[in-house]
Amino acid sequence: MEELDVEPAITNIPAASDGKHLGFAWGPGDILAYETLYMAPGMCRHQHKPLSMFSHSCAKGSGCSFIHEVRKDEDIYSPILRKLFNESHHIFVGLQTIREDLPSKNKKTQFVSISKNYRSVIRACMEELQQVAASVLVLQVSILLAIELIWNLCEVLFIDAAPAGPLLLHLLDWVRLHKGDVDEKAREVLQSESPAEHHDYWDVVVSYVLQGRFEEARQMLVKQATLQPAARNMYKLMDTLLSKMPFYNPGGTQTLTEFDVKWRHWHEEVDRCLQDNSFASNQHLEIICKILVGDEDTLLEHKELLSTWYHFLVTRLLFCHPTVKPTELHYYAQSCMTMFLDLRSVPEPLDSILLAAFEFDIHQVIKDCSIALNNWWFVAHLTDLLDHCKLLQSHNLHFGSNLREFLLLEYASGLFTHHSLWQLAVDYFDNCPEFGHVYLELQIERVPLDTERKALKVLRICEQRQMSEQVRSICKIMAMRALRNNRLGSALSWSIRAKDAAFATLISERFLQDYCARGTFSDLDLIDNLGPAMLLSDRLTFLVKYREFHKLYEENRFSEAAKLLLSLITAKIAPRSFWMTLLTDALPLLEQKEVSHSAHCALHCGFGHDLCFSKHT
Amino acid sequence: MCRTDRVPTAGILWLALVVIMFVARSIAADHKDLIHDVSYDFHGRRMATCSSDQSVKVWDRSENGEWHCTASWKTHSGSVWRVTWAHPEFGQVLASCSFDRTAAVWEEIVGESNDKQRGLSHWIKRTTLVDSRTSVTDVKFAPKHMGLMLTTCSADGVVRIYEAPDVMNLSQWSLQHEISCKLSCSCISWNPSSSRAHPPMFAVGSDDSNVTYGGKVQIYEYNENTRKYAKAETLMTVTDAVHDIAFAPNLGRSFHVLAIATKDVRIFKLVPMRSDRKESTSTGPTKLEVQIVAQFDNHNSQVWRVSWNITSTLLASSGDDGCVRLWKANYMDNWKCTGILKGDGSPLTSSSGQPTAMSTIVGSSVQTSQNALNGMSAGR
Repeated sequence: MEELDVEPAITNIPAASDGKHLGFAWGPGDILAYETLYMAPGMCRHQHKPLSMFSHSCAKGSGCSFIHEVRKDEDIYSPILRKLFNESHHIFVGLQTIREDLPSKNKKTQFVSISKNYRSVIRACMEELQQVAASVLVLQVSILLAIELIWNLCEVLFIDAAPAGPLLLHLLDWVRLHKGDVDEKAREVLQSESPAEHHDYWDVVVSYVLQGRFEEARQMLVKQATLQPAARNMYKLMDTLLSKMPFYNPGGTQTLTEFDVKWRHWHEEVDRCLQDNSFASNQHLEIICKILVGDEDTLLEHKELLSTWYHFLVTRLLFCHPTVKPTELHYYAQSCMTMFLDLRSVPEPLDSILLAAFEFDIHQVIKDCSIALNNWWFVAHLTDLLDHCKLLQSHNLHFGSNLREFLLLEYASGLFTHHSLWQLAVDYFDNCPEFGHVYLELQIERVPLDTERKALKVLRICEQRQMSEQVRSICKIMAMRALRNNRLGSALSWSIRAKDAAFATLISERFLQDYCARGTFSDLDLIDNLGPAMLLSDRLTFLVKYREFHKLYEENRFSEAAKLLLSLITAKIAPRSFWMTLLTDALPLLEQKEVSHSAHCALHCGFGHDLCFSKHT
Repeated sequence: MCRTDRVPTAGILWLALVVIMFVARSIAADHKDLIHDVSYDFHGRRMATCSSDQSVKVWDRSENGEWHCTASWKTHSGSVWRVTWAHPEFGQVLASCSFDRTAAVWEEIVGESNDKQRGLSHWIKRTTLVDSRTSVTDVKFAPKHMGLMLTTCSADGVVRIYEAPDVMNLSQWSLQHEISCKLSCSCISWNPSSSRAHPPMFAVGSDDSNVTYGGKVQIYEYNENTRKYAKAETLMTVTDAVHDIAFAPNLGRSFHVLAIATKDVRIFKLVPMRSDRKESTSTGPTKLEVQIVAQFDNHNSQVWRVSWNITSTLLASSGDDGCVRLWKANYMDNWKCTGILKGDGSPLTSSSGQPTAMSTIVGSSVQTSQNALNGMSAGR
């Protein structure tokens, strides 16, 4: 099958279209566009006049000075889609945890159940969208409808993988689910004064028959029968035929062959009624009889009621070949599509996708969906599920990844630009073994660190995954920001978390400068409780210890204070600029009686040593 | 009960393709002359614009998405060609380059609380780099793991790499490397890869229009031993003037991807051929195998800008056809144009000189291709 090829979409920008260029800049989740003029350098290199003389009139306030923010249309209804993304994320994560060692029968049930969960999430989203009356949403609803239709078929054919027998029943369910207008019409007819005389009455009956809903067809026919007592026998005959049509029972003891035999007998009986002209006097019943016998021409005469070629396909199979095998489907699908569609009309993308599904060409389905739907959510989740069902052969892609991962990465990357959904994306990246990690590294750095809380959230994610470089970078950014805003305490905690010794030194120096200028320390809580983190840099250690010295002094614990001061001096971690300060601090200590004699001497020695030291450096 | 009867038929899915993007907002930038460059900061919360009116403006995005101009000042004595942000690890730092033969570095100073309340900030010049004798055509910061390094290229054919050794003192920059490329330079791009496996690498494009000089793109690589940059490769197949160049972000690949804006859009794959790392360190730069991955001439004539989005899943290009085109590779590495931005011929006009942000949802003013409506699968 040839590749689906589509024109790229054109988005209009309110800008000049003649003689101007369009500049652009990529942003998170958008692209900016603006009018500009690129010039060959030769023109500007030798010019002395301002460039504006060569541009088209770009006078004050004219159009060339606008910047246009261009976004994907998903943003319009993103509040509703958000639910879809959130709930499907939940299902996705659950799917990844299904154990490999489960027996395949159990797994299949689980997979089918997960598929149904996804579909119910789609339908919930559709329902919400339908309640919001906006013209632009009609399109999105249609897209979701298509998605659900395709997904449902994939579930029937690939995941549930029904064999001949149940296959047709599932297909019938599928068609019935997507042809809800029958029930609406039926309701209208039944609520009318005389249903059997309603102008839509026969349409409803025929529609029921086309969908294999014989119980309902029979109930409707009863109403007509009571109105035409003279034709009572004919209606009785039709009722019998309808009630006797065999439907395969998957749970029963009957084999497919036995069912087939039974069905053929019934088919012959219906044919005999046709040959006998049993319904000749009632055109409607005659039509129904022809439908029951599977007459193609009659079916095609009801294109309007069938409305789609795949409805026609399932109906045709119901009345011609109910024991159809999965491998035979594509033959019938192709011929039905050809018969149903006009000679003029060309298959639409949806038709191609469904046809590919009937041909069991999973890769073609995914490929066409990726192109046609421009909606990564769908192909990503469906492909992931199919991959878990082991239905995808691994294609060798140019950089060694696979289709599932490619789609999940695309989808998750799109999520990342959203201010709250980006957290969901992390789980998707986590489940992409080849490139998930590097994608996450690249994108998580870009999450804006608007608040400390958000920064901590991002950090937690990075720390959990041993992304040490990202941790360092984020902490450094926060530290820098704090420092620029003169929030020294915050800057210090961030640089400690970044394990950035150089920056910690810098900030410690600022603290010390502050102290020299004002005589007090700021952020005492922080400094007093650093613990082992103070060892990150010498300067920081000094700062903490120096503060400790002051605390001891204030608490009149002079002996300890002296010892500490001494150790500070001897350890040589004091910055040179601080030596005078230390000397000044020591003086009052020397006057304290509690300071031991040995400490006295040591201090003196220490100073002597210090002064010596300072002379030689 | 969810209505599922309206199954999409004629043309719906085609329309799904057509309405992908819309103009969400139009900001009156209020520059008095052509805008030459617009640059988002690392987190996408601020942007800088520069213009032929010789000024740079800085814009901040508020929580509700509105843009406010928080600074506007004259930066050069000639048209300002490019403006770029340093990594936020270095604070709030901008660099600009101009026709006036200089590049400049600017730092934001946190002002008085009055200014903050009024939503204004101040930027001061930290340094002017005056080494170039001609118009400085591009200015880019090197990847952050290299420290705070700034690169310029000029019409005089020289690439200059400056470093600020003390990140807390941005007035001190030293010229570390001066690389003569022999041809006038129009653009540079650093390979953003920070992996240890790749030494620092950048590409230079030349807009020299003499086609007899082949190789308008040169790749330079840093050598740990000589502590210098050496030419690793010249792309000889690029013979026309090159206006822009962009390395794609590296996503765990072993090879590099480079996009080039010349008379068409070209995407190259550069594969390092490395036998044994121990042997090759002293003998020069890594040998690179050059493969062309894609080539598009849809812009009809010259392509002026190329740039990758953050995840390198999309490439955008701007050309003489007045369009911006978006390019994407599918999982089989086949490239396609997936979107076009085009001026519609009716530019907005601002009512006053105030730089305010206008939120106009221009919604469904999307042009549908006639082919698409007819449901034909076109060859493009």
